[in-house]
Amino acid sequence: MEEKHLHEMHTPTFTEDYWQGLKMAVPVMLGYLPIAISFGVLAIQTGIPLFHSLLMSFFVYAGASQFMALNMLAIGTVGLEIVLATFILNLRHFVMSISLFSHLQHIPIRWQTLLAHGVTDESFALASLKRKSLGSTPSTAIYTGMFSGAFGTWLIGTLIGVLVGNIVPEALSASMGIALYALFIGLLVPAIRKYWKIGVVASASASLCVLFSLFLSEGWAIVLATVIGSLTGVFVLEEEDE
Amino acid sequence: MTLIMIIIGMAIVTYIPRVLPVFLMERIHFPRWVKKWLHAIPYAALGALIIPGIFTVEPGAPFAGAIGGMVAVLIAYFKGHIMVVIIAAIVTVYLLQILLY
Repeated sequence: MEEKHLHEMHTPTFTEDYWQGLKMAVPVMLGYLPIAISFGVLAIQTGIPLFHSLLMSFFVYAGASQFMALNMLAIGTVGLEIVLATFILNLRHFVMSISLFSHLQHIPIRWQTLLAHGVTDESFALASLKRKSLGSTPSTAIYTGMFSGAFGTWLIGTLIGVLVGNIVPEALSASMGIALYALFIGLLVPAIRKYWKIGVVASASASLCVLFSLFLSEGWAIVLATVIGSLTGVFVLEEEDE
Repeated sequence: MTLIMIIIGMAIVTYIPRVLPVFLMERIHFPRWVKKWLHAIPYAALGALIIPGIFTVEPGAPFAGAIGGMVAVLIAYFKGHIMVVIIAAIVTVYLLQILLY
Protein backbone atom coordinates (compact mmCIF):
# COMPACT_ATOMS: atom_id res chain seq x y z
CA MET A 1 0.00 0.00 0.00
CA GLU A 2 2.77 2.35 0.97
CA GLU A 3 4.66 1.44 -2.16
CA LYS A 4 1.68 2.32 -4.29
CA HIS A 5 1.45 5.63 -2.53
CA LEU A 6 5.10 6.34 -3.23
CA HIS A 7 4.58 5.52 -6.86
CA GLU A 8 1.74 7.98 -7.17
CA MET A 9 3.85 10.65 -5.57
CA HIS A 10 6.75 10.19 -7.98
CA THR A 11 7.83 13.49 -9.47
CA PRO A 12 7.82 13.46 -13.27
CA THR A 13 11.21 13.28 -14.97
CA PHE A 14 12.48 15.93 -17.38
CA THR A 15 11.57 13.73 -20.35
CA GLU A 16 8.02 13.11 -19.12
CA ASP A 17 7.42 16.80 -18.53
CA TYR A 18 9.02 17.67 -21.85
CA TRP A 19 6.61 15.37 -23.68
CA GLN A 20 3.67 16.75 -21.76
CA GLY A 21 4.67 20.25 -22.85
CA LEU A 22 5.19 19.13 -26.42
CA LYS A 23 1.73 17.55 -26.53
CA MET A 24 0.21 20.77 -25.22
CA ALA A 25 1.88 22.66 -28.06
CA VAL A 26 0.18 20.58 -30.78
CA PRO A 27 -2.53 23.21 -31.54
CA VAL A 28 0.15 25.88 -31.93
CA MET A 29 2.23 23.56 -34.08
CA LEU A 30 -0.78 22.92 -36.33
CA GLY A 31 -1.35 26.63 -36.65
CA TYR A 32 2.31 27.33 -37.34
CA LEU A 33 2.90 24.76 -40.03
CA PRO A 34 0.84 26.40 -42.82
CA ILE A 35 2.11 29.87 -41.84
CA ALA A 36 5.75 28.79 -41.79
CA ILE A 37 5.26 27.02 -45.13
CA SER A 38 3.78 30.21 -46.59
CA PHE A 39 6.78 32.10 -45.24
CA GLY A 40 9.18 29.71 -46.95
CA VAL A 41 7.19 29.87 -50.19
CA LEU A 42 7.13 33.67 -50.18
CA ALA A 43 10.81 33.87 -49.21
CA ILE A 44 11.96 31.74 -52.14
CA GLN A 45 9.65 33.69 -54.45
CA THR A 46 11.19 36.94 -53.14
CA GLY A 47 14.61 35.55 -53.98
CA ILE A 48 15.84 34.81 -50.44
CA PRO A 49 18.13 31.75 -50.40
CA LEU A 50 17.22 28.69 -48.30
CA PHE A 51 20.04 29.33 -45.82
CA HIS A 52 18.92 32.90 -45.11
CA SER A 53 15.26 31.92 -44.74
CA LEU A 54 16.19 29.29 -42.17
CA LEU A 55 18.54 31.72 -40.44
CA MET A 56 15.73 34.25 -40.12
CA SER A 57 13.26 31.66 -38.84
CA PHE A 58 15.83 30.44 -36.31
CA PHE A 59 17.16 33.72 -34.93
CA VAL A 60 14.26 36.13 -35.44
CA TYR A 61 11.41 33.61 -34.97
CA ALA A 62 8.60 36.14 -35.12
CA GLY A 63 6.11 35.47 -37.90
CA ALA A 64 4.61 38.88 -38.59
CA SER A 65 7.97 40.64 -38.72
CA GLN A 66 9.44 37.98 -41.01
CA PHE A 67 6.61 38.48 -43.50
CA MET A 68 7.04 42.21 -43.22
CA ALA A 69 10.78 41.90 -43.87
CA LEU A 70 10.07 39.91 -47.06
CA ASN A 71 7.66 42.57 -48.16
CA MET A 72 10.14 45.36 -47.52
CA LEU A 73 13.01 43.47 -49.16
CA ALA A 74 10.81 42.88 -52.21
CA ILE A 75 10.20 46.60 -52.64
CA GLY A 76 13.88 47.38 -52.03
CA THR A 77 13.74 48.96 -48.55
CA VAL A 78 16.98 49.86 -46.75
CA GLY A 79 18.14 47.45 -44.05
CA LEU A 80 17.91 49.85 -41.14
CA GLU A 81 14.23 50.54 -41.78
CA ILE A 82 13.52 46.82 -41.74
CA VAL A 83 15.30 46.46 -38.39
CA LEU A 84 13.43 49.44 -36.91
CA ALA A 85 10.06 48.20 -38.17
CA THR A 86 10.87 44.77 -36.72
CA PHE A 87 11.62 46.35 -33.35
CA ILE A 88 8.30 48.20 -33.25
CA LEU A 89 6.31 45.22 -34.46
CA ASN A 90 7.89 42.89 -31.89
CA LEU A 91 7.80 45.25 -28.94
CA ARG A 92 4.55 43.57 -27.90
CA HIS A 93 6.60 40.56 -26.76
CA PHE A 94 7.95 42.75 -23.96
CA VAL A 95 4.49 43.01 -22.46
CA MET A 96 3.95 39.29 -22.94
CA SER A 97 7.29 38.39 -21.35
CA ILE A 98 6.47 40.51 -18.30
CA SER A 99 3.21 38.61 -17.88
CA LEU A 100 4.78 35.20 -18.56
CA PHE A 101 7.98 35.47 -16.51
CA SER A 102 6.19 36.96 -13.51
CA HIS A 103 4.89 33.40 -13.06
CA LEU A 104 8.14 31.61 -13.90
CA GLN A 105 10.39 33.05 -11.21
CA HIS A 106 11.09 29.55 -9.87
CA ILE A 107 12.80 28.56 -13.14
CA PRO A 108 16.60 29.09 -13.33
CA ILE A 109 17.58 32.36 -15.04
CA ARG A 110 19.57 30.69 -17.80
CA TRP A 111 16.51 28.65 -18.75
CA GLN A 112 14.37 31.76 -18.67
CA THR A 113 16.73 33.53 -21.07
CA LEU A 114 16.49 30.52 -23.39
CA LEU A 115 12.69 30.31 -23.12
CA ALA A 116 12.51 34.06 -23.81
CA HIS A 117 13.53 33.38 -27.40
CA GLY A 118 10.42 31.24 -27.71
CA VAL A 119 7.98 33.96 -26.66
CA THR A 120 5.60 34.45 -29.56
CA ASP A 121 1.96 35.55 -29.64
CA GLU A 122 0.85 31.94 -29.88
CA SER A 123 3.23 30.21 -27.45
CA PHE A 124 2.62 32.99 -24.95
CA ALA A 125 -1.16 32.62 -25.25
CA LEU A 126 -0.86 28.85 -24.90
CA ALA A 127 1.47 29.03 -21.90
CA SER A 128 -0.77 31.58 -20.19
CA LEU A 129 -3.99 29.65 -20.74
CA LYS A 130 -2.44 26.34 -19.62
CA ARG A 131 -0.69 27.79 -16.59
CA LYS A 132 -3.50 27.16 -14.13
CA SER A 133 -3.73 23.49 -15.04
CA LEU A 134 0.01 23.06 -14.38
CA GLY A 135 0.01 23.82 -10.65
CA SER A 136 1.84 26.62 -8.87
CA THR A 137 5.39 25.81 -9.98
CA PRO A 138 5.33 24.12 -13.39
CA SER A 139 8.68 22.65 -14.40
CA THR A 140 11.22 24.04 -16.83
CA ALA A 141 10.79 20.91 -18.94
CA ILE A 142 7.08 21.53 -19.61
CA TYR A 143 7.77 24.99 -20.98
CA THR A 144 10.79 23.75 -22.90
CA GLY A 145 8.60 21.12 -24.55
CA MET A 146 5.85 23.61 -25.29
CA PHE A 147 8.14 26.26 -26.75
CA SER A 148 10.52 23.98 -28.62
CA GLY A 149 7.59 22.20 -30.30
CA ALA A 150 6.38 25.50 -31.73
CA PHE A 151 9.92 26.58 -32.61
CA GLY A 152 10.77 23.29 -34.33
CA THR A 153 7.55 23.40 -36.35
CA TRP A 154 8.37 26.92 -37.45
CA LEU A 155 11.78 25.78 -38.75
CA ILE A 156 10.46 22.63 -40.42
CA GLY A 157 7.62 24.61 -42.02
CA THR A 158 10.07 27.19 -43.36
CA LEU A 159 12.18 24.41 -44.86
CA ILE A 160 9.16 22.72 -46.47
CA GLY A 161 7.95 26.06 -47.81
CA VAL A 162 11.26 26.88 -49.46
CA LEU A 163 11.47 23.39 -50.96
CA VAL A 164 7.93 23.32 -52.38
CA GLY A 165 8.02 27.05 -53.17
CA ASN A 166 7.27 26.71 -56.81
CA ILE A 167 4.60 24.01 -56.68
CA VAL A 168 2.09 25.51 -54.20
CA PRO A 169 -0.79 27.25 -56.00
CA GLU A 170 -0.93 30.92 -55.11
CA ALA A 171 -4.59 30.76 -54.04
CA LEU A 172 -3.83 28.13 -51.41
CA SER A 173 -0.76 29.83 -49.95
CA ALA A 174 -2.75 33.08 -49.73
CA SER A 175 -5.67 31.50 -47.87
CA MET A 176 -3.27 29.99 -45.33
CA GLY A 177 -2.93 33.46 -43.81
CA ILE A 178 -6.19 32.79 -41.96
CA ALA A 179 -4.58 29.90 -40.03
CA LEU A 180 -2.97 32.13 -37.39
CA TYR A 181 -6.20 34.00 -36.79
CA ALA A 182 -8.09 30.72 -36.53
CA LEU A 183 -5.53 29.65 -33.92
CA PHE A 184 -6.00 32.88 -31.96
CA ILE A 185 -9.78 32.43 -32.12
CA GLY A 186 -9.46 28.79 -31.10
CA LEU A 187 -7.52 29.90 -27.99
CA LEU A 188 -9.69 32.89 -27.09
CA VAL A 189 -13.25 31.60 -27.61
CA PRO A 190 -13.06 28.70 -25.10
CA ALA A 191 -11.62 31.10 -22.49
CA ILE A 192 -14.56 33.49 -23.01
CA ARG A 193 -16.99 30.57 -22.93
CA LYS A 194 -15.64 29.65 -19.50
CA TYR A 195 -15.58 33.21 -18.13
CA TRP A 196 -17.48 35.84 -20.11
CA LYS A 197 -15.66 38.82 -18.61
CA ILE A 198 -12.59 37.79 -20.58
CA GLY A 199 -14.66 38.72 -23.62
CA VAL A 200 -14.98 42.25 -22.23
CA VAL A 201 -11.19 42.57 -22.00
CA ALA A 202 -10.64 41.13 -25.49
CA SER A 203 -13.32 43.35 -27.08
CA ALA A 204 -11.98 46.47 -25.37
CA SER A 205 -8.51 45.77 -26.66
CA ALA A 206 -9.77 44.84 -30.16
CA SER A 207 -11.75 48.09 -30.39
CA LEU A 208 -8.73 50.08 -29.26
CA CYS A 209 -6.61 48.32 -31.85
CA VAL A 210 -9.07 49.30 -34.62
CA LEU A 211 -8.96 52.89 -33.38
CA PHE A 212 -5.15 53.02 -33.11
CA SER A 213 -4.69 51.42 -36.53
CA LEU A 214 -6.28 54.51 -38.06
CA PHE A 215 -3.25 56.63 -37.25
CA LEU A 216 -0.49 54.25 -36.11
CA SER A 217 1.46 51.38 -37.67
CA GLU A 218 0.15 47.86 -37.04
CA GLY A 219 2.93 47.16 -34.54
CA TRP A 220 2.29 50.20 -32.35
CA ALA A 221 -1.46 49.70 -32.55
CA ILE A 222 -1.17 46.14 -31.19
CA VAL A 223 1.27 47.14 -28.44
CA LEU A 224 -0.83 50.06 -27.19
CA ALA A 225 -4.17 48.28 -27.53
CA THR A 226 -2.82 45.32 -25.51
CA VAL A 227 -1.36 47.48 -22.74
CA ILE A 228 -4.36 49.80 -22.41
CA GLY A 229 -7.04 47.22 -23.24
CA SER A 230 -5.77 44.83 -20.56
CA LEU A 231 -6.21 47.59 -17.97
CA THR A 232 -9.96 46.94 -18.23
CA GLY A 233 -9.12 43.61 -16.62
CA VAL A 234 -8.16 45.43 -13.42
CA PHE A 235 -11.78 46.56 -13.13
CA VAL A 236 -13.83 43.70 -14.55
CA LEU A 237 -11.89 40.53 -13.63
CA GLU A 238 -12.37 39.02 -10.21
CA GLU A 239 -9.46 38.41 -7.88
CA GLU A 240 -7.43 35.34 -8.73
CA ASP A 241 -6.85 32.95 -5.88
CA GLU A 242 -3.34 31.65 -6.24
CA MET B 1 23.49 46.35 -45.54
CA THR B 2 23.81 42.70 -46.45
CA LEU B 3 20.95 40.31 -45.88
CA ILE B 4 22.88 38.58 -43.10
CA MET B 5 23.35 41.87 -41.27
CA ILE B 6 19.64 42.69 -41.62
CA ILE B 7 18.76 39.29 -40.15
CA ILE B 8 21.20 39.76 -37.26
CA GLY B 9 19.76 43.22 -36.60
CA MET B 10 16.22 41.85 -36.65
CA ALA B 11 17.25 39.03 -34.31
CA ILE B 12 18.78 41.42 -31.75
CA VAL B 13 15.87 43.89 -31.64
CA THR B 14 13.42 41.00 -31.37
CA TYR B 15 15.26 39.19 -28.58
CA ILE B 16 15.83 42.22 -26.32
CA PRO B 17 12.13 42.90 -25.53
CA ARG B 18 11.58 39.16 -25.06
CA VAL B 19 14.39 38.67 -22.56
CA LEU B 20 14.46 41.97 -20.66
CA PRO B 21 11.56 41.06 -18.31
CA VAL B 22 13.52 38.00 -17.13
CA PHE B 23 15.97 40.34 -15.43
CA LEU B 24 13.40 42.93 -14.36
CA MET B 25 11.04 40.45 -12.67
CA GLU B 26 13.57 39.38 -10.04
CA ARG B 27 13.49 42.62 -8.12
CA ILE B 28 9.84 43.58 -8.45
CA HIS B 29 6.93 42.59 -6.26
CA PHE B 30 3.62 43.48 -7.86
CA PRO B 31 0.60 44.98 -6.09
CA ARG B 32 -2.76 43.25 -6.61
CA TRP B 33 -4.07 45.46 -9.38
CA VAL B 34 -0.91 44.89 -11.43
CA LYS B 35 -1.38 41.14 -11.02
CA LYS B 36 -4.92 41.46 -12.41
CA TRP B 37 -3.53 43.57 -15.22
CA LEU B 38 -0.91 40.94 -16.08
CA HIS B 39 -3.59 38.28 -15.94
CA ALA B 40 -5.65 40.17 -18.52
CA ILE B 41 -2.77 40.71 -20.97
CA PRO B 42 -3.03 37.39 -22.88
CA TYR B 43 -6.70 37.98 -23.64
CA ALA B 44 -6.17 41.62 -24.54
CA ALA B 45 -3.30 40.59 -26.81
CA LEU B 46 -5.48 37.99 -28.54
CA GLY B 47 -8.24 40.56 -29.09
CA ALA B 48 -5.84 43.11 -30.58
CA LEU B 49 -4.10 40.48 -32.71
CA ILE B 50 -7.37 39.19 -34.21
CA ILE B 51 -9.07 42.54 -34.90
CA PRO B 52 -8.49 44.37 -37.22
CA GLY B 53 -5.78 42.09 -38.68
CA ILE B 54 -8.19 39.37 -39.71
CA PHE B 55 -9.82 41.71 -42.25
CA THR B 56 -6.56 41.98 -44.15
CA VAL B 57 -6.09 38.24 -44.71
CA GLU B 58 -7.39 38.59 -48.24
CA PRO B 59 -6.16 41.87 -49.74
CA GLY B 60 -9.14 43.88 -50.98
CA ALA B 61 -11.72 41.44 -49.60
CA PRO B 62 -12.12 42.07 -45.86
CA PHE B 63 -15.22 39.86 -45.69
CA ALA B 64 -13.20 36.76 -46.68
CA GLY B 65 -11.21 36.94 -43.44
CA ALA B 66 -14.35 37.90 -41.51
CA ILE B 67 -16.30 34.89 -42.78
CA GLY B 68 -13.34 32.58 -42.14
CA GLY B 69 -13.14 34.05 -38.64
CA MET B 70 -16.84 33.54 -38.00
CA VAL B 71 -16.57 29.90 -39.03
CA ALA B 72 -13.67 29.57 -36.57
CA VAL B 73 -15.66 31.25 -33.77
CA LEU B 74 -18.67 28.98 -34.32
CA ILE B 75 -16.63 25.79 -34.33
CA ALA B 76 -14.58 26.89 -31.31
CA TYR B 77 -17.75 27.88 -29.43
CA PHE B 78 -19.29 24.46 -30.01
CA LYS B 79 -16.10 22.90 -28.65
CA GLY B 80 -14.68 21.76 -31.96
CA HIS B 81 -11.05 20.63 -31.74
CA ILE B 82 -8.59 23.44 -32.49
CA MET B 83 -7.30 21.44 -35.45
CA VAL B 84 -10.82 21.44 -36.95
CA VAL B 85 -11.07 25.18 -36.26
CA ILE B 86 -7.87 25.92 -38.17
CA ILE B 87 -8.53 23.60 -41.11
CA ALA B 88 -12.15 24.77 -41.51
CA ALA B 89 -11.02 28.41 -41.57
CA ILE B 90 -8.38 27.71 -44.24
CA VAL B 91 -10.87 25.76 -46.39
CA THR B 92 -13.50 28.51 -46.01
CA VAL B 93 -11.15 31.25 -47.17
CA TYR B 94 -9.82 29.05 -49.97
CA LEU B 95 -13.34 28.35 -51.25
CA LEU B 96 -14.30 32.02 -51.01
CA GLN B 97 -11.25 32.86 -53.06
CA ILE B 98 -12.19 30.37 -55.75
CA LEU B 99 -15.73 31.76 -55.83
CA LEU B 100 -14.39 35.29 -56.14
CA TYR B 101 -12.01 34.87 -59.06
